[in-house]
Amino acid sequence: MELKEKLLSSFMAFEERIDVHSDLYDVRTSAIKNFENKGFPTKKEEAWKYTSLNTILKNDFSVFPKTENTIQYSDVKKYFLHEIDSYKVVFIDGVFSSFLSSTTHDGIDVCLMSSVLTKPKYKMIIDSYFNKVASKDESLTSLNTAFANEGAYINIPKSKVADKPIEIMYFSTGKEVALLVQPRNLIIVGENSHVQIIERHQSLNENPVLTNSVTEIFAQKRAIVDYYKIQNDNLEANLIDNTYVSQKLESTVSVNTFSFGGNLTRNNLNFYHLGERIVSNLNGITIIGDKQHVDHYTLVQHAQPNCESHQDYKGIFSDRSIGVFNGKIFVEKEAQKTNAFQKSNNILLSDKATINAKPQLEIFADDVKCSHGCTIGQLDETAMFYMQSRGIPKKEAKALLMYAFSNAVIESIKIPELKQRITTIIANKLGVKLGFDL
Amino acid sequence: MLSIKNLHASIGDKEILRGINLEIKAGEVHAIMGPNGAGKSTLASIIAGNENYEVTDGKILLENEDISELAPEERAHKGVFLSFQYPVEIPGVSVTNFMRTAINETRKAKGLEEMPANEMLKLIREKSELLEIDRKFLSRSLNEGFSGGEKKRNEIFQMAMLEPKIAILDETDSGLDIDALRIVANGVNKLKNKNNAVLVITHYQRLLDYIVPDFVHVLMDGRIVKSGGKELAYELEEKGYDWIKQEQEA
Repeated sequence: MELKEKLLSSFMAFEERIDVHSDLYDVRTSAIKNFENKGFPTKKEEAWKYTSLNTILKNDFSVFPKTENTIQYSDVKKYFLHEIDSYKVVFIDGVFSSFLSSTTHDGIDVCLMSSVLTKPKYKMIIDSYFNKVASKDESLTSLNTAFANEGAYINIPKSKVADKPIEIMYFSTGKEVALLVQPRNLIIVGENSHVQIIERHQSLNENPVLTNSVTEIFAQKRAIVDYYKIQNDNLEANLIDNTYVSQKLESTVSVNTFSFGGNLTRNNLNFYHLGERIVSNLNGITIIGDKQHVDHYTLVQHAQPNCESHQDYKGIFSDRSIGVFNGKIFVEKEAQKTNAFQKSNNILLSDKATINAKPQLEIFADDVKCSHGCTIGQLDETAMFYMQSRGIPKKEAKALLMYAFSNAVIESIKIPELKQRITTIIANKLGVKLGFDL
Repeated sequence: MLSIKNLHASIGDKEILRGINLEIKAGEVHAIMGPNGAGKSTLASIIAGNENYEVTDGKILLENEDISELAPEERAHKGVFLSFQYPVEIPGVSVTNFMRTAINETRKAKGLEEMPANEMLKLIREKSELLEIDRKFLSRSLNEGFSGGEKKRNEIFQMAMLEPKIAILDETDSGLDIDALRIVANGVNKLKNKNNAVLVITHYQRLLDYIVPDFVHVLMDGRIVKSGGKELAYELEEKGYDWIKQEQEA
C-alpha cells in the first residue's frame, strides 16, 4: 500500500483511538481532507522544485510504533546539552519518555502536547492557539495536524524569564523497520518574557526515519525567543520541519538552524508579523557531504510598519551533496519602513555538489529597505596560501577558513555551551583537531 | 642559508621570473628593489611555495636542501616565513588561536609534542612586548578590522613567534606611517641574529633606513640586473630606475 493510502486509512482508526474534543475533530477532518486532495508534494510544485520525496516515500513506514521502546540515559546523554541545567521534553519513537524528561509546571509550563490536547483546563489554549498560525493549505502541515497528538508544549506566562534552556528531543530507536513520526510542538511566550529552546531529532540506528514535524510559536508583545535547531542526524534519517512563528508588537524571535546530518532535510520556516517594531532573525549553517540534501525554504511576511527581518544562511557543500535556499520576503502595502535583509553564502568544495539559491522578494510598500544577496564560491586561495605559509597544513587551513566563513552565524548563538557544542560538531565534521577548541 | 639558482617561473603563458640567481648567507639582510611589475612579489610568493605559479626551471635551496617541490606549510616548517603585503582576514579566529595552531602544527611536523599552554602564553607575552602589541589586540579576530599598521605589526609578531630561518618581508612598509614603520623595523632588527636571514622586498628606500641591508638587488623584467651595497638603495631613490634600464640597454 502506498504511504498516502496507508495514512488515510489509519486516520479513521487514529480518530477513534484518540479522545478528541469536538473542535479538534473538525480541525483534523479538514486537515486530512486537504492532505487527501493534495497528497505529498512533488517536484512539479514550485516550492518543491529542487527537493524530491519520492525515494523516501517508497519505504514501508509504520505510522504508529508497535511497541513502547525505552533507551538508557547513558546511551543518549551525549545528545543533551546539560544534565541538570535544562528542562527536557523527550520522546522515543514519538512517545513521551517521562524517565528521560524533566518537565515543569512551576511558574512556566514545559510539558506534553498530548495532555494539553486532552485535558479540559487547556481548552482555551487549544482554541486560541492550536493550528492558528500553521498553514491550513500546505499538505504536509495538514498531514501533521490530522495526526497531531504528541510533542512539546511550552507556555511562558507574562513577564517571566525561563530560568533554564529547554531541550526538546526526539529519539528514534530504529526498532521499527521504518518509522514515520509527526511531532507537534506548541510554544507560547508571554508579554516581556524570554525563553531559549533547543530542538533536536536523533535516530539511534540505521533504519529509515521520516519525521514530519510542525512547531507553532507565538511571541506576545516584547517577548524574546531564541530557538535553535540541531540537525545532525544519521544518513538514514529524513526530516521535514515546518515551523510557523507568529509575532506581536516589539517581539524578537530568532531561529537558528544547524544542518550537518541527515539524508534529506527540509526546513519550512515561516514568520508572520502582527505588530510594529518586530525583529525576526533567521540564521543557518549547513555543512553537508555525501549525497545529503538540505533545503531551506523561508518566508517572512511583513504586514506591519517598522519591522525588520534578517536572514543569514551559510552553506558548505562537498561530495554530491545538494543545498537549496529559497527565501521569500513579502512586504505588504501597510508595512512601510520595513528593513528586510537576506543573505545566502555558499561554498562548493566539489564539482559534483550543487546549490540552488532563489531569493523571492514581493514588495508592495514604497518606503522600505530590502536586500538580498546570494554568493557561490570556492575557498579563497589567497587565504589558504596565507595560512599554509604559517605552517598550517591544507586540511586544517581549510577547516579554519570554513569556520571563519560560518563565524557570523556561530556568533549569534547566545548559549555558551551550545556555541561550544556547535563548534565541536563543525570541527568533527571537518575532521580536524586544531590547537584550540574549534 | 637561502640559495636561488636560475629560477624561472610563469603564470599561465606569461613568464614572470626569467633566471633569478640569489645567494643569502646566515646573518645577512638583503633587499630587492625594482619598479612595479618587475616580479618582486612573485619571487617572494614563489619562495614561500605559492602554487599559483609554475616553476619552469631552476631551484630554491634552503640550507642546501631543495625545497622547490615542497608545499607551503612544509617550507614554513623548515623555516621559511613570508610577511604578506595584504594579510588575509580570518573572522572568528583570534590572533592567539591562529598562532597556537601554526606553532603546534609546526611542532607536530617536527615530531614534537604540542607546546604547553603556559609556555605558549609566556612566548606570546614576550613577543608581543617586543612589538609593542597590546594584549587585547591578541584576542581579536585575525586581521579583521585591523588598520594597515596593525596588520603589518601582526605579521612581524607572527614572524617573532615562528622564529624562521629566512624571513621575507613583502612590501612591509606599504601603508605604514612613520611610527608604525619604526616599531615594525625595530621588531625585525631585534629578531635578526647571526643564524637567520632577512629578505626585504620594497619599492622605496625608506624602510631600508631602519632595516639596513648588507646587499641591495635590482629586479627588472624578471631578472636581477644590478646588485650592490646599501648605497645602491640611495642611488635608486634619487635617480629612479631608468638609468639602470639605459645601462642595461647600452
